[in-house]
Amino acid sequence: MAKKKATLTAEDKQGEQIDEIVSRYGGEVGMLIPMMQDLQAECGYLPAEQLRRLAERMELPLTRLYGIATFYSSFRLTPKGLHEVTLCVGTVCYLKGSGVISEMIRKEFRVDAGGTTPDGLFSFMPVNCVGACAVAPVMIVDGKYYDGVTQDAAREILRALPETQDAARKEAKK
Amino acid sequence: MTQVETKRLAGPADLEKWREDVRRRASRVTQCIRVCTGPGCMAKGAAKLYGLFKQAVEQSGADIAVEAKCVGCHGLCACGPIVVIEPGEIFYQQVEEPDVAEIFRETVLGGRLVERLLYKDPASGKTAKTAAEIPFYKAQQRIALAGNGFINPTSLEDYLAIGGYTALPKALTTMTPEQVLETVEKSGLRGRGGGGFPTGRKWRSCREARGEPKYVICNGDEGDPGAFMDRVVMEGNPHAVLEGMVIGAYAIGSHQGYMYVRNEYPLSVERLKEAIVQAKEVGLLGEDILGSGFSFDIRINRGGGAFVCGESTALMASLEGRPGEPRAKYVHTVEHGLWDKPSNLNNVETWANVPTIINRGADWFAAIGTPKSKGTKVFSLVGEVVNTGLVEVPMGMTLRQIIFDVGGGLKGGKAFKAVQTGGPSGGCIPAQFLDTPVDFDALTHLGSMMGSGGMIVMSENTCMVNVARYFLNFLREESCGKCTPCREGLAQMLHVLDHITHGEGKPGDVECLQHVAEILEGTALCALGKTAAHPVLSTVRYFRDEYDAHILEKRCPAKECRGLFRYKIDEKACKACGLCRKHCPVQAIAGEKKVPHVIDQAKCTLCGTCFEKCPFSAILKV
Repeated sequence: MAKKKATLTAEDKQGEQIDEIVSRYGGEVGMLIPMMQDLQAECGYLPAEQLRRLAERMELPLTRLYGIATFYSSFRLTPKGLHEVTLCVGTVCYLKGSGVISEMIRKEFRVDAGGTTPDGLFSFMPVNCVGACAVAPVMIVDGKYYDGVTQDAAREILRALPETQDAARKEAKK
Repeated sequence: MTQVETKRLAGPADLEKWREDVRRRASRVTQCIRVCTGPGCMAKGAAKLYGLFKQAVEQSGADIAVEAKCVGCHGLCACGPIVVIEPGEIFYQQVEEPDVAEIFRETVLGGRLVERLLYKDPASGKTAKTAAEIPFYKAQQRIALAGNGFINPTSLEDYLAIGGYTALPKALTTMTPEQVLETVEKSGLRGRGGGGFPTGRKWRSCREARGEPKYVICNGDEGDPGAFMDRVVMEGNPHAVLEGMVIGAYAIGSHQGYMYVRNEYPLSVERLKEAIVQAKEVGLLGEDILGSGFSFDIRINRGGGAFVCGESTALMASLEGRPGEPRAKYVHTVEHGLWDKPSNLNNVETWANVPTIINRGADWFAAIGTPKSKGTKVFSLVGEVVNTGLVEVPMGMTLRQIIFDVGGGLKGGKAFKAVQTGGPSGGCIPAQFLDTPVDFDALTHLGSMMGSGGMIVMSENTCMVNVARYFLNFLREESCGKCTPCREGLAQMLHVLDHITHGEGKPGDVECLQHVAEILEGTALCALGKTAAHPVLSTVRYFRDEYDAHILEKRCPAKECRGLFRYKIDEKACKACGLCRKHCPVQAIAGEKKVPHVIDQAKCTLCGTCFEKCPFSAILKV
């Protein structure tokens, strides 16, 4: 058994991943979106190769999967950065200045909405309302909420982000 | 003691026995520390507080039985994090980590109050000991939010203790599906998701529709920015939603349910999943519920971050694994919905109301509210209001009561300008209509709508043209692009509004907006497009003067649109510290030590840096 595992190629592993995800939902077409969500959760994005495999496995045209991947804003087709930065631009946050903060981040860190900084430090995702309007404006970095952020505060938080995986892990432990 | 928990309940008698057991055990806990873990409090570090309290309980070794508990949102998010101590319901607000030890020592062990953490009413200066003494809570009546703030959302036993799952056995064993339907119809409950369609009538249409199986769906795709009531119900009391759905399924004759939860709410998904597992384990969900012979199962789907999926036909498309594009609604979803089968979709808050209606009866519910809008409604009261948070009030309360009595008025004594209701499909209501009683029909009459319950309060500092532009931009980005009026119409309207807010508007622009808006309303495929023009139309209707100021005088009265106002230094307030001069990117500010600084208007690019940097608020917008 152990020997067999050792000979598994990267390709086999990728195939296994798809098989496992599909069987998790009993191969039901209606669960295509949850399958893609799982794939993204495991890979961090939707790798083109894996989407092709999933389409084959589900016996669906690849366009159907791309249609979904590009329709829903939570799907991404490129790898994400080391950190995930979500900025709420819902009405209340916007009225309290998150529009300006978003502009600052895009300009100063050279990142597009939904994209990743050139150095791969973080992916930036402005979203419509995270439901924490009472403490607007809200920015979420790797799952941690920052309330009442200003331009300066946001800049400071982003500049202080650990730049390597190791440093990030240490920071998380703290 | 724990044996009961995993045993399947054979019938209502078993359930009651368990409930008694839970209550008996709970009565032994003499003190309880309830830490609010709603979204607002969590953002301010409530999880850490809970950890510290738990630690304090474990380490105290005190003789008394103390329990630290995570509970759902209390509603008064502005004062978070909130911690409530039982007995006495002592309400502590803005609790920080260093306060934990003091609360534990003084209140829990010593039975004394920590005065400085109590709520102080800014209007009367009175200190409130309990939530009931705070004006914010006084005017509220809680049905959907009743369990929030009291129970641990991850504990089925907690839900049982407050009387949860009493409506379900009542419906299953003492009522026929027809009787359940009649009760909901008679109660006058209308859909809380926005449309306000009578819930009972919808259920009946689905029940009577031909075709099997029938589906029951819970819409938890709360997409309106500025609204978070469904999130709080799902995360604070998930079993109430489940119980409502099972009762609905029984009335409709459905055996499969779906919950569609917004992608941005991972905690809601987690809580609901957990609740489903718990309910299934004991037979409150799944096969042969409580030995009644009725079976019903629920599956959860996460949304993909598309606003349009809150629309019922788009949501069903998404459940089928397709892009969430709506279809024309002349074919009703109650007849041909998910997988072309009869499907009944209701919003989270609607479902959460059902158990109480069954328990207390249609007449009790119908006695609350206005002639055509019964019961209560949860609003997320946010924006420039003092008491931001969630409020649940009887229908028919006026906007003024909600914003000023419950909400405590505007922050910093600013003047009220408008309240935006109904999310991106709603409109802005000006001060002259503050005394309008809030119900489905009155808000629609004013050119806005109830929507899912977002209420965003705006002050004199908010530019209404910019607000309209914000919503239009939102809807243009979220338009699925299937029908031309919505896809192209919104882009064109946004184009015109961009010009206006940049000071490039010309006479006739407003009429152009109105014209396109009319086309949209008449021809768009789904509610997103049909109502997309509301923010523009309502602001034109009530704030035409602001549009005219932008277009004709190239001036933004609220001083928000960049380029349509100037920055000036107030000579009296300027301390000549030099900060603005140092930070100005174009060296437009001149001045020396001890001499008030001056902005060279010819050089100024209106970037606003000086305004942000000045520590003395000496930079004025004129």
